[in-house]
Amino acid sequence: MNRRERRAERLVLACFAVTFLTGLGLLGVYTLGGDTQVQGVLLALCLGGLGAGIVLWAQELMSNEERVEERHPLGTGPEGSAAVAEALTDEAGFSRRRVLQGGLVAALGGLAAALAIPVLSLGPAPGRSLFETPWKKGLHLVGFDNQPVKADAIPQDGVVTVFPEGFPGSADGQTLLIHAGADRLQLQGDAATWAPNGFVAYSKVCTHAGCPVGLYRAAQGQLICPCHQSTFDVMQGAVPVFGPAARPLPQLPIQLEADGTFTALGDFSEPVGPSFWDMRLGG
Amino acid sequence: MKAPRFGRRERPVVDPIGRPLNDPARELRDAEARGDASAVDVIADPEPTELERITGWLDERTGLAGLVRTTLRKVFPDHWSFLLGEIALFCFIILVATGTFLTFFFVPSASQTTYAGPYPPLQGATVSEAYNSVLRLSFDVKAGLLMRQVHHWTAVVFVAVIVAHLSRVFFTGAFRRPREINWLIGFGLLTFALAEGFTGYSLPDDLLSGTGARIAYSAAISIPLIGPYVASLLFGGEFPTAAFLPRFFVLHVMLLPALFAGAIVAHVGLVFLQKHTQFRVGRAREDNVVGRHFWPGQAFVSGGLFFLTAAVVALLGGLVQINPIWAYGPFDAPIVSSPAQPDWYVGWLDGSLRIFPPFEPVILGITIPSAFVPGVVIPGILFTIVGIWPFIERRVTGDRAPHNLLDWPWESPFRAATGAAILGLFAILTLAGGNDVLSAFLDLPIESLTWLFRFLVLAFPIAVWLVVYALCRSRQRYPAPDERPKGGIRLVRNATGGWEEAE
Repeated sequence: MNRRERRAERLVLACFAVTFLTGLGLLGVYTLGGDTQVQGVLLALCLGGLGAGIVLWAQELMSNEERVEERHPLGTGPEGSAAVAEALTDEAGFSRRRVLQGGLVAALGGLAAALAIPVLSLGPAPGRSLFETPWKKGLHLVGFDNQPVKADAIPQDGVVTVFPEGFPGSADGQTLLIHAGADRLQLQGDAATWAPNGFVAYSKVCTHAGCPVGLYRAAQGQLICPCHQSTFDVMQGAVPVFGPAARPLPQLPIQLEADGTFTALGDFSEPVGPSFWDMRLGG
Repeated sequence: MKAPRFGRRERPVVDPIGRPLNDPARELRDAEARGDASAVDVIADPEPTELERITGWLDERTGLAGLVRTTLRKVFPDHWSFLLGEIALFCFIILVATGTFLTFFFVPSASQTTYAGPYPPLQGATVSEAYNSVLRLSFDVKAGLLMRQVHHWTAVVFVAVIVAHLSRVFFTGAFRRPREINWLIGFGLLTFALAEGFTGYSLPDDLLSGTGARIAYSAAISIPLIGPYVASLLFGGEFPTAAFLPRFFVLHVMLLPALFAGAIVAHVGLVFLQKHTQFRVGRAREDNVVGRHFWPGQAFVSGGLFFLTAAVVALLGGLVQINPIWAYGPFDAPIVSSPAQPDWYVGWLDGSLRIFPPFEPVILGITIPSAFVPGVVIPGILFTIVGIWPFIERRVTGDRAPHNLLDWPWESPFRAATGAAILGLFAILTLAGGNDVLSAFLDLPIESLTWLFRFLVLAFPIAVWLVVYALCRSRQRYPAPDERPKGGIRLVRNATGGWEEAE
């Protein structure tokens, strides 16, 4: 054994020693309470010692002579493939029985239809669910605690996430009630009557990919979706002014009650959230 | 009368490089010539060694001795880039091992419970059983956080190494005949890995992953005609549903790993049958394989590399925090965080959704949702191009010949330029997926950055294509590594005073 080999052998042994010691150390640290960082470092050293030792052993102490192996074409030639084709067909009488072939295909089609049953059970047909939310005429606008939200609790430029009474936290009923100010709002037609005293309510579900539209730039009167930065103009009926969303956030028709709470005048006039193919066909 | 056995069989003794120093066959001839009957008996019918007894026992029951011997002596070409695929395989093994540990603690349930663990900010909060169980794993189970972080870090490295391996195979033309099938299987492995990453990312039911699942649902719902049905069948109804977590759990720990393992066996099995490709250096030719024996050289290097891979992810998992779900909070449909960033390998998809212009045409009453083109069509086209690349290239170049020798990347400028352009496109989309973070970091309006990315996503891949194409063409004027003369080129002065290369 020459000097180089002796040195390599000592190095490999040192690596294995690191693994041995850190492995025991890891067990000790774990028993004494454990610490993620220390355990991570010890585990890395334990694995790394073993890996380095094995690689060094292979690179320094094994015959790394260059070997050459013949490489033969994989295919067995036309006879081989012909023999397979023959073996596949000769005993079955496949090619002669055209009618049976058709029958087999039809039978497999029937089986596929039967197998669709469990697949279709995986989820209900969407039906009207994408068109409707829990909002109904007369339902109060409530907070996360299911208590009605009061107008005087929302300062100018204030934003509150509201839900239909009885459905706090509702995913498709979530709505933003914004105190935009009557002088700034520029709503047209019905939409204007749905914004009493400068309060306006829009669906909080982004019409692009369904994230909650959670950021409000009061100075510009813009709602921004933090996921893909779709930006909606609150004063103009929440029309998209920037980003990938192409459809305004649907407006919830609301009215202000005598006791300072809000109630809905009905559900949103169009589906909330991301668009889908038949949303304008009415399902 | 049977001659007494004098001892163990004479083993062929070899010098360090394998040349025999003794020769049992010659000794047998010599013993016969001497008429030494007992020596003949020992040499011709020696006592089997301990190891021979074991291999013999197994061979008698399987008949695999020949195959095993061929496998141990199989030659593997040696190049660092051939180890990338192996590292991906090692990551998969580490993921299965750490993931199995995690399943013992994870509760795939959306039912609500009250957090009562040691993390003060969440005490008393209403959270799902899934979120609760991941918090318990992170804070209460000893070494639980380490295992969880190693699992997540390995997933991050896993996809990166798969992409690196795919790029190596792509740029060297290793996918050409007869290896088209293995390219397709490898492409399948990439998509399984991405699906594994996304389903696993969603399981802790934290605010960030819930937002990601919401976006995936929206992309599914955007598919024309069948979108709402596809989304409902996948998620078990309108998002968010209670069915979603247990379903993603089964996909993540059973179906996808099983598909992955099966595809790995086919992938590695084909490499075994077809033998590895090699670079055109030294003695390598189309009809041979030059390298080292599988056993022990290659096997030891690979085994060592497995532990080194594990060491790297253990270090990352121990020291670098990843996915601190207690900081994100539990998923709650009306709440969202900003910034919201997915794991790196989904960033390009998020970027595509972010910078695509608002496009939602209504044709004959049918709405094409704004998420459809950036969230379904563009990823579909990009992945289809990558998936069927061997057939695209064959159509373009007309090259149908089998290839066992690899190209140097610059030898096929069209391929190199196209591959680099696709990687460039993914890079720009990934950066665009962080446009809000970049906007805060660079102090630029998000609108300007988005417009910049809309421009770059078209211009950058084209620029990359042209530059890489030109670089490859200029590199072709210089000799390839195998043609470069050892010790440089010798120049001689010619009669006109110029310089010429000497033969």
